Amino acid sequence: MLLKLSLWLSKMLAAARQWLKQSKNASIFILVYLGVGFLWTYLSPRALVAFLFFISSALWLYYLPLSGRFKLIVGISMMLVLIPITGVRNISYLDVIFQISVFAALASGLNIVVGFAGLLDLGYVAFYAVGAYTWAIFGSQQMYLLHSIPGTSPPTPDFFLPADAFYLFVFLAIIVAAITGILLGLPVLRLRGDYLAIVTLGFGEVIRVLANNLDKPINLTNGPQGITPIQRPTLPEPVLNVFRAIMNPIVGHNISQKEFYDLFFYLAALSVIVVVILVVRRLDDSNIGRAWIAIREDETAAIAMGIPLVRMKLAAFATGASFAGAMGVLFAASRTFVSPESFSFMQSIGVLSMVILGGLGSIPGAIVGAAVVIILNLQVLQELSLYLNQLRQSDAVIPIINFAWKNLSSQLDPAKYQRLLFGIILILMMIYRPAGLIPAERRKRELKREENDAVNDPEADTGEELGNGAA
Amino acid sequence: MRRIDVLTFLREVLRPLGQIIIFVLISSATLSLVVLLLSLILRGTPVNAMTLEKYGTDLVSYTLVNLPQVLIDGVTIGFVYATIALGYTMVYGVLEFINFAHSEIFAIGAFIGVEILIVLDGAGILKSASLGMAYVWLVLAILAGMVVAGTAAVIMERLAYRPLRGAPRLVPLISAIGVSFFLQDAIRLIESLTTGQFHRIIPTFGNFDARFSLAQMNILGNSVDLSIQSKSVIVILAAILMVVGLNYLVNATKLGKAIRSVAQDRPTASLMGINVNLIISMTFLIGGALGGAAGVLYALKFTRIDPFVGFFPGLKAFTAAVLGGIGNITGALLGGIVLGMLETFAGSYLSVFTMGAAGAEYKDILAFAILIGVLIFRPSGLLGEQVGQKA
Repeated sequence: MLLKLSLWLSKMLAAARQWLKQSKNASIFILVYLGVGFLWTYLSPRALVAFLFFISSALWLYYLPLSGRFKLIVGISMMLVLIPITGVRNISYLDVIFQISVFAALASGLNIVVGFAGLLDLGYVAFYAVGAYTWAIFGSQQMYLLHSIPGTSPPTPDFFLPADAFYLFVFLAIIVAAITGILLGLPVLRLRGDYLAIVTLGFGEVIRVLANNLDKPINLTNGPQGITPIQRPTLPEPVLNVFRAIMNPIVGHNISQKEFYDLFFYLAALSVIVVVILVVRRLDDSNIGRAWIAIREDETAAIAMGIPLVRMKLAAFATGASFAGAMGVLFAASRTFVSPESFSFMQSIGVLSMVILGGLGSIPGAIVGAAVVIILNLQVLQELSLYLNQLRQSDAVIPIINFAWKNLSSQLDPAKYQRLLFGIILILMMIYRPAGLIPAERRKRELKREENDAVNDPEADTGEELGNGAA
Repeated sequence: MRRIDVLTFLREVLRPLGQIIIFVLISSATLSLVVLLLSLILRGTPVNAMTLEKYGTDLVSYTLVNLPQVLIDGVTIGFVYATIALGYTMVYGVLEFINFAHSEIFAIGAFIGVEILIVLDGAGILKSASLGMAYVWLVLAILAGMVVAGTAAVIMERLAYRPLRGAPRLVPLISAIGVSFFLQDAIRLIESLTTGQFHRIIPTFGNFDARFSLAQMNILGNSVDLSIQSKSVIVILAAILMVVGLNYLVNATKLGKAIRSVAQDRPTASLMGINVNLIISMTFLIGGALGGAAGVLYALKFTRIDPFVGFFPGLKAFTAAVLGGIGNITGALLGGIVLGMLETFAGSYLSVFTMGAAGAEYKDILAFAILIGVLIFRPSGLLGEQVGQKA
């Protein structure tokens, strides 16, 4: 019976796959899928399953054999229309979406450094911090407080710079972060990969310690208390009104300024991602991109081929850093608050695990990785925590060992165990799927060739065989 | 035949002892000289006036009066770093791979030792123990920490690193970072499920907090009471014991010979009939055990531990290993002592010399600055040999 069922299922699957191979069918499928997902999330805004279903349509869109233009149109309308509507309808999703877009942009930036040039940067968050503090110091009242101890209230209610200097500072932060990247890179890029990793880790910690302690001869960063309030760019009233006129009836409540800002920053992060994608696409087949890949694969051979090693590595470092700097400004403005806490080593590893989960050197991979990690982190783990709390309040017992849920320690809160999650992701991905969920195109080609090589040349890598075969 | 064995034994024991003494003496002398010179140079500046106002003495005598205590503290923390650094260096020597999770092995050792002592304390055994028994229980806790940490290191190698052998360099490193994060939260999970909180404090027992008075010195008219806590003596003695023991193990036993040959050339070693996987496991066992012991000693010295306790000592011990020349046991010892000294000096004098602008907080930065400096100017460390890049 079961066998029959599974046979029938596999037959159906094969038929479905066959049916989806035609682009006309596929386009019908994706539209229906997207519509169902959207309607479901729209009608029951609290259901996590609905949200996951809706978000997963992006993956279908990526994988189905459709024409590029169709994908682009559907993708853009999803990003610009459908996601904002679901986001505003349920605020908690707006935060998730914003976080996904921020971390997707960070992961794409780190992907340039780690995925393309093969430089393992464990202190990537430092550049993010540089960008955030650049706007935090100038976009708040901190400039008036340089010579007073942390905690003093500012002498005037005015800000040091007009709020719209934000746009200028996005570009300034790109430059500042790139310069920081070059300054760090110059001395350390001669190092071999694993040493470089530790040095960048150290650099990340140095930046955090500096942010924590630069409240003393001159109060630059306000120490561990952090800087607040930080300005956001002003919203022109007419735009807000037009937006409200259109969106209010759709989402069913008056859109607050905060929600509008969240959308604004979501779109800003989205545009950074678009820039990353464009840059990487252009770079991928250019001299620089090929040089990076050559460096990643074999440094010695790359030097022998005449690739200016240090300059290329610096370029990768600076490019990656500049994206993080821009995102830092966005972060400071969106939260209106920065403190050294936000730039811990944990954050760096979080971004790294997104890149690795998605696939080194793969741009869609970085985005998917960010989405998976953030959804796991903000939604699944938290739902699990809530569920456990409910169990604790009920009279239920675990059947076999007869353990009452009530007695479960209140310390067991899955939402707080992100390190466990990141750790497991890193280990499992390295062991079972080092190329990631969505391997990079080039990587796929390489893997295929390696398989062919292995068939033709069974004696490849004899040295390692010997080393392992001794057991 | 027996006579030769005694000779090797003496050589392998006396040589590291001599090295330890030389390293401690040289680094204390150099650093003291630097600090004294600085204080003499800064004598005519406002720094002097500020010290006078704050501590009631001028800069030079302030420096001199504090110097002996700073040296003692520096040596203690230096030995802790050296014991952790040995674990990094052993694994690096054999596998050419930075065992990032070594700091969590250290934390596991610390937690096992402290938990055992807490259980003993809860049973009232520690309170009633005589002085001799207190030391027995402490040794027991250290041994338990060593066994569990060593076992954890072997399991970790088997599960997370062995499947990746032969992969590109960064792959096992990323896996090691994953293991490190996983273990941090695993310790936290277990601790908070069983005890409801995740930081632990080592119970006070024995005479470990008592201070010995070493000497009464008279420096520039100030009488200085030079003292050392008995737990610092324990840390130093235990660390010396471990360094000497490890040195003997690696240089004078059959196992040590096998470890060295695997480090030198893995395929050839396996052709010579050495079980490479077993030797690598043994390396992790030894390194993990040393890390575990260092963890218990650290808990004894600093009393409070939490699941993230390993991170900074681990990073600094790695810095120490690189400073001394990674893969080199003597180098780890030297690097640990130098780094511990430097850090204590920076912690004690930086804030005075900079008039409070940069305080002890910056000692972590100093460690990284040293790491970067060493890697730029002498990537093979103080004692390492120049090695070319393997193709």
